[in-house]
Amino acid sequence: MAGDPTASDEPWLDTDAEPMVRIRGVSKNFGDVTAVNNIDLDIHKGELFCLLGGSGCGKTTLLRMLAGFETPTSGTILIDGVDMSTVPPYERPTNMMFQSYALFPHMTVEKNIAFGLKQDKLPRSEIEHKVHEILKLVELQDYKKRKPQQLSGGQRQRVALARALVKEPKLLLLDEPLGALDKKLREQTQFELANIQEQVGITFVVVTHDQEEAMTLSSRIAVMDAGKLAQIGTPTEIYEFPESRFVADFIGSANILEGTVTEDSPDHVRVDTNLGEIYIDHGQSVKQDSRVWIAIRPEKIKLSKTAPRTGRSTANQAEGKVDDIGYLGNTSIYKIRLDDGLIVDVTAPNQVRPKSRSHQITWEDTVYLTWDPSSAMLLKT
Amino acid sequence: MYGSRSRFLTVMLAIGLAFFYIPMILLIIYSFNYSKLVPVWGGWSLRWYEVLFKSEEVWSAVALSLQIAFVNATFATLLGTLAGLAMVRFGRFRGRTLFGGMLVAPLVMPEVITGLSLLVLFITLKQLIGWPAERGFTTITIAHITFSLAYVAVIVQARLTGMGQTLEEAALDLGAKPFKVLTAITLPRLAPGMISGWLLAFTLSLDDLVIASFVTGPGANTLPILIFSRIRLGLRPDINALATIIILFVAVCVAIAALIMFYQQKRQELDQQIANQGGA
Amino acid sequence: MSDTTANTASEPAAGQSGLLRQLARRIQSRWQSIVVFVPYAWLLVFFLLPFFIVAKISLAEIVIASPPFSKMIQWTDEGVMNIRLVFDNFVYILTDDLYYRTYLNSLKISIVSTIVCLLIGYPMAYGIVRSGPVAKKLLLFAVILPFWTSFLLRVYAWMGLLADRGTINNLLISLGVIDEPVRMLYTEFAVYIGIVYTYLPFMILPLYANMERLDNALNEAAADLGSRPMNTFFKVTLPLTVPGIVAGSLLVFIPATGEYVIPDLLGGGNVLMIGRLLFNEFSANTDWPVASAVAIVLLVLLVLPMTIYQYFQGKAAEEQ
Repeated sequence: MAGDPTASDEPWLDTDAEPMVRIRGVSKNFGDVTAVNNIDLDIHKGELFCLLGGSGCGKTTLLRMLAGFETPTSGTILIDGVDMSTVPPYERPTNMMFQSYALFPHMTVEKNIAFGLKQDKLPRSEIEHKVHEILKLVELQDYKKRKPQQLSGGQRQRVALARALVKEPKLLLLDEPLGALDKKLREQTQFELANIQEQVGITFVVVTHDQEEAMTLSSRIAVMDAGKLAQIGTPTEIYEFPESRFVADFIGSANILEGTVTEDSPDHVRVDTNLGEIYIDHGQSVKQDSRVWIAIRPEKIKLSKTAPRTGRSTANQAEGKVDDIGYLGNTSIYKIRLDDGLIVDVTAPNQVRPKSRSHQITWEDTVYLTWDPSSAMLLKT
Repeated sequence: MYGSRSRFLTVMLAIGLAFFYIPMILLIIYSFNYSKLVPVWGGWSLRWYEVLFKSEEVWSAVALSLQIAFVNATFATLLGTLAGLAMVRFGRFRGRTLFGGMLVAPLVMPEVITGLSLLVLFITLKQLIGWPAERGFTTITIAHITFSLAYVAVIVQARLTGMGQTLEEAALDLGAKPFKVLTAITLPRLAPGMISGWLLAFTLSLDDLVIASFVTGPGANTLPILIFSRIRLGLRPDINALATIIILFVAVCVAIAALIMFYQQKRQELDQQIANQGGA
Repeated sequence: MSDTTANTASEPAAGQSGLLRQLARRIQSRWQSIVVFVPYAWLLVFFLLPFFIVAKISLAEIVIASPPFSKMIQWTDEGVMNIRLVFDNFVYILTDDLYYRTYLNSLKISIVSTIVCLLIGYPMAYGIVRSGPVAKKLLLFAVILPFWTSFLLRVYAWMGLLADRGTINNLLISLGVIDEPVRMLYTEFAVYIGIVYTYLPFMILPLYANMERLDNALNEAAADLGSRPMNTFFKVTLPLTVPGIVAGSLLVFIPATGEYVIPDLLGGGNVLMIGRLLFNEFSANTDWPVASAVAIVLLVLLVLPMTIYQYFQGKAAEEQ
């Protein structure tokens, strides 16, 4: 079950390769509600692919269509090159880890895990061996005789994972796999899950509404909004180069400003906004005078009590007063009110323990904001 | 969706519902039969309704049954609600297990046993204290209250459990005395359960034959006792007419209740929509 | 049973304002006692006490008097209390062929009816659960509606269907299937029909409640792990609906065993059932001691199923 060492780390770049999942023009209507709207998507072998979006965005419906619990209203789904239209769930090469875990309450951990193998009519000794191996992988050897009700949330989660993994599917579908765990356990389990995926080399498709979870886990993320794909990319691409206001705002937080393009050269763009002139050090091919949006992440803005040295240009800087401060421990979030009433969020790490109040930025202080020419993101929609 | 109704289940449902309703539909159709012999069709007629309405015996039985049902439903709702409150909200108290047992037992006790034992009780009481002097309205009503209150208690308990205790705790926290909480919070929220309990007790009483037969005395015939004494001897077209009236009456009542529930739900959904629009 | 009083639930709150609070709590615990007392007393007098009287009478002898049974406690001339317990009635019931056969026949009829109800009711309940939200409500309504109409009249409806010159015979003769009417009314078959017809909703409703609580994700999980629908039903759905099956079966079995009206109306004099025998013993023969003994034996027969039912209900309540 080891991962394929020859596979590249970025299999989606190899356009000739047959993808593990090929979704083409898939839509799903429930009555007059369109849950999934004309989606094209390729997922490659060995990926840990995240479907990310708010509730009702269609991510779970898409996952359930992969599992075979829902039939697409239109479009086709190919798994490993085979059309899945007429294949019932019990004959698909996929296994699912349910959000509620859906562990059989009348069976022990061992029986739950063996259930799928028994359906394949494997010999008993082989079933026993595989159950033993997978229990070792999820570190539940001592709990095999327990019923699901006698396990903690984290243990149940691992049983559910083991039950789906033990069948060695071509595709493992995980519906909010960490959703039922508390925060601390969730953070720890994120890494475990990614490790297990690396060990077994099975393609994972994870549905989640938690952007942090998606960022930590995935090789690639598809952000969904209202049944459509908003953007597909690696976590870095999605975070640093969002293509729309929706993605910029949904992933992390961002100050979003409306503006007009005043200059567009191959190597830079100037945009006029409420925050003053914004200079971006790479070309964007936007029309002169067109309406665009600028997103700046709060942590990309530098905060200072002393005015910056004014050079030839006054771009990428602003002045304001501290309206509110939220102390989060490792960082603080500052709400800065500009002269025209605009509020800008800035986060800064708390690198030193506050001793004297004089050096600290505090309420009603006048502060200066500056940011790098590479920091602002220009969004056309 | 995976796991929607299969054809086999649909067929079974259709057969089951036909089994439920065909006998009743035939019963209604034959009430309009002119012929004195029920299953022999003699043309449409309202003859048996006329016979029915002219029968004083039927009218007095209906009156007695309705009186008993009304008094029974009212007392059973009162006692059943108290019992339900005690079981769900009072924590542990002395004799709770016995109390709980006595609240459930009437639901599963065969009617012949309940009837027999109550009759024996009434006779013994009469010998000891001279009450009840004669059997009839009082004894039937007492007997009915005894098993009806158990049904009401079940409904009340279910509703109390479903309601949870948060609102009561909020009221206590805001300074209301326990008795005030009972009257201002618990009972109003319990009202739907008490109403369905009352209706159930009313219906159970109207429907009971066996227990009433045991504990009734000479001359006190409830409607079921009257019907039973007639149909024991065979089919009677006037009973078909009576059955039709009862079935249609019940169907209309239940349909109205269902409609009220339906509109309440609609209103809730509408409220929800308004709330959502206001929020977003 | 515990000896704790009504207000142990929130005891450790005695602080500064303890006195006032304690007073309020006193009052609270008092009205609570009243609330408990009224229904409690009612049930003690009108439900529990009668059973002891029945038990007492079952241990007496029949005498020609009013009431027609001997006294349990008699005082002799020397002032010595003399307690007479007569077990003859029980000996009589358990050795007499008629009673013995009637008990067995009652059990047979109620067991078979329960199984038939389960076989029809299970797929119906499952069908309702698997229906869409609107259809589900309508179907439930259709199942509950007969429950609100008169039980007696529903049994009567079958008299019209099953009679020698009833609807079914007329239909079969006019179709040419049979020449002579088939005797159905006043047979055991008619009693089965009547019991199944009457008690089917009692099977469907607990099953429905049980199935409705099942997470459909369990079915999906089984399918996802490669189990075909049939296998999923036997390995997952059926084991998880055992509580519903037990509850429904007992709700049919217990009242069916003591049933009086159905064997009387549909079975005529031809079907032996214990409820009917008891009623006749009491009203026609006025042999109260034997009737009481019959009731006690029936109660003993049903105590086990009733206890099982209560146990399952208690467990279901806990899970909620």
